[in-house]
Amino acid sequence: MNKKLVYGMTLGAMLLAPLAVYPVLLMKLLCFVLLACAFNLLLGFGGLLSFGHAALFGGAGYIAGYVLRDVGYPFEIGLMAGVLGAATMGLVMGALAIRRKGIYFTMVTLALAQMVYFFCLQAPFTGGEDGLQNIPRGRLFGIVDLGSDLAMYYVVLAITVAGYVAIVRIVNSPFGRVLNAIKENEPRAISLGYDVDKYKLVAFVLSAALAGLAGATKSVVLGFETLVDVHWGMSGLVVLMTLIGGVGTLTGPIVGALVILVLETRLGELGDGLASLTGIAWFQALGESVTIVTGLIFIICVLLFRRGIVGELVARLFR
Amino acid sequence: MDKALEIVDLHAWYGESHILHGLNLSVAKGEVVTLLGRNGAGRTTALRSIMGLTGLRNGSIKINGTESVGLPTYKIAHLGVGYCPEERGIFSALSTEENLMLPPMLSGTKRGMSVGEIYEMFPNLAERRSSPGTRLSGGEQQMLAVARILRTGARLLLLDEISEGLAPVIVQALARMILTLKKRGFTIVMVEQNFRFAAPLADRFYVVQHGQAIDHFTAAELEEKKPALHELLGV
Amino acid sequence: MDAIFGVPVPALLSQLLLGLVNGAFYAMLSLGLALIFGLLNVINFAHGVLYMLGAMLAWMGLSYLGLSYWAMLVIAPIVVGILGIVIERTMLRWLYRVDHMYSLLLTFGITLVVEGLFRSLYGASGQPYSAPEALAGGLDIRFMVLPMYRAWVVVVSALVCFLTWFVIERTKLGSYLRAGTENPRLVEAFGVNVPVMLTLTYAFGAGLAALAGVLAAPVVQVSPLMGSNLVITVFAVVVIGGMGSIMGSLITGLSLGIVEGMTRVFYPELSSTVVFIVMALVLLIRPAGLLGKEN
Repeated sequence: MNKKLVYGMTLGAMLLAPLAVYPVLLMKLLCFVLLACAFNLLLGFGGLLSFGHAALFGGAGYIAGYVLRDVGYPFEIGLMAGVLGAATMGLVMGALAIRRKGIYFTMVTLALAQMVYFFCLQAPFTGGEDGLQNIPRGRLFGIVDLGSDLAMYYVVLAITVAGYVAIVRIVNSPFGRVLNAIKENEPRAISLGYDVDKYKLVAFVLSAALAGLAGATKSVVLGFETLVDVHWGMSGLVVLMTLIGGVGTLTGPIVGALVILVLETRLGELGDGLASLTGIAWFQALGESVTIVTGLIFIICVLLFRRGIVGELVARLFR
Repeated sequence: MDKALEIVDLHAWYGESHILHGLNLSVAKGEVVTLLGRNGAGRTTALRSIMGLTGLRNGSIKINGTESVGLPTYKIAHLGVGYCPEERGIFSALSTEENLMLPPMLSGTKRGMSVGEIYEMFPNLAERRSSPGTRLSGGEQQMLAVARILRTGARLLLLDEISEGLAPVIVQALARMILTLKKRGFTIVMVEQNFRFAAPLADRFYVVQHGQAIDHFTAAELEEKKPALHELLGV
Repeated sequence: MDAIFGVPVPALLSQLLLGLVNGAFYAMLSLGLALIFGLLNVINFAHGVLYMLGAMLAWMGLSYLGLSYWAMLVIAPIVVGILGIVIERTMLRWLYRVDHMYSLLLTFGITLVVEGLFRSLYGASGQPYSAPEALAGGLDIRFMVLPMYRAWVVVVSALVCFLTWFVIERTKLGSYLRAGTENPRLVEAFGVNVPVMLTLTYAFGAGLAALAGVLAAPVVQVSPLMGSNLVITVFAVVVIGGMGSIMGSLITGLSLGIVEGMTRVFYPELSSTVVFIVMALVLLIRPAGLLGKEN
């Protein structure tokens, strides 16, 4: 399968998609795609499992929202503030977490993200439980009115594509190859003279910046930011998206984000459909609990489906 | 004659690596058998395979007549097998005496040596019984590794490189120990690099190469085999 | 002396005791986590929901079956222990051979399922649960009124932790566990049924978490969400103290509980994050953790 052909077709489909699907939903999907890809950069290619990406995602959203609404800067500045904020958080989080190896690293990221959650809960500018509301979209470069969903959509598409391309370039660069070597065999990489910690930290910051880009964009798209985006559940959701799509593949997170988002929005209908198909009434209640279904998918994926959708496809195609 | 151990066409894998390619081996009760071969030939894997510590296994391993290739490791031990691994495996979180007492008495066997008898055979261990196991010297740790499986009632002993890295004096003591055990009727399968240590102790020898037993001979035939062994193993 | 740093002594002591109580929960939960991690190499995210189940079962036992606190103190850990056996046997054991990350993700999934289930049944808000008659009320000890129940919690936790420590460090069973942490395959080669040992260890850890839950029921709001936030704090406790030793878990847990309690007196806004701040500081100064060895 010609990669360029697939990319081309996907891009074409995305350009035409607003004709068929509600643009805001599409934009939400794109933000999650970017987030999942950013996360996979760290996990799939760096071998580092972070359970704290919600802090970067939601945190950037809050920062961007604040800068756009309360300080009044234009759209680009708001986004940049979000990205820089996330990158800085990533720098601090990463520096602390990298001091521990393996599963301890993950626990540290989780704990630090929890700290960010509590901060967002208590800080006055975030609006606490109510969230940060009425984030203005403004204009792109002072020219394009982003109030139109269609215009906003193409901007978000451009941002997402740019982010994805950046990730592909990073993965295929010499830096990316060293990172992969560290993931495969850290002692070997150390013995070859690489400053492993520095590589890990750079990877963390890059992943954080891109996750921040996703978060900042989403907060502008939806016009608000809430605690849900900084909650550990969101960190878990990102992991699931990557797991379902395929850890360590470039396109996996895209698929995973799509699956999860469709699930979340259509769970009610899915439940009804399954109920009528199987005659089991309980399925109707499924729609009410996204958490339970997410958990079940996690369990099934981890036990039976660790390669994820794209991972399985790749394995079968190249048998 | 009663076979303590009978291995027929054993294949064993560590993950994807195919290490044993149809190993055939048999040991009679009360015999001492040494596995000779270069590093990487598969001798340690053979012992680990008997204990079920490798990955996939194919073929037949009969211990005292019971087929054991499908059994989990802890059940294999209870067929009367005592295993002394290459790394010795002394636990740092346990004292010497706790290390000694750790292996449980094996079901279906008669009592092993009593603690008193063991301390008599290994007085050093009695002296250091409360020290953490890993504070012992290399020689003492090796003694401990063998001593602890003597208490359990195991009659088939699998000893992996017990003379490795030890001072000649200790090695001699180990040799005397093996002869004593042999007199008491233990069946012993040894993997040994130290040819001078192993040669006078064994009744029979197997030569292992590429995961197969390519030759076997008795102690009486050892002299005439020496030139061939020298070629093969550099001994 | 009526006040220290401007805080009246009774209030200070009361918060100190509350801090000890929280510390006792931290200690018990990090003990369970350390046991499970030591032997199974699993980071049990589900520890939070197991704790919540203990509390929930206590409440449900009282509300639906009229079972007393004392009965639930025994029944809840057993029920949750059995659940632990089921989890380990049917799901966890398939993941021992793959990257540790997957067992964390599995227990995370279990957390979502259990928490989601209870949330859909009971909502997110808490149910009140009162302490049993015998332990209600306070004991007047000169400069403060000592709440009986809180003292009871600290005593029971200390007892349980001591017993666990004793079994692990001083008994034959404990020697199997300690050896199993270092080299489980060799322990199995000696004829010890290690697979069963792993199952029972997970069950014990689960039961311990549930016991903490029952103890917690009269002190905190019994809600489906009570476990998750707590378990993340316990993770921080474990990072600080390391998971290498039982003593480490205990000392760290208790100390951090007290630190948190004191923070609540002087800087209440920081109280929910102080443990994480300590963790960050420890990572800066002593990356390997205060006491334990890194695995």
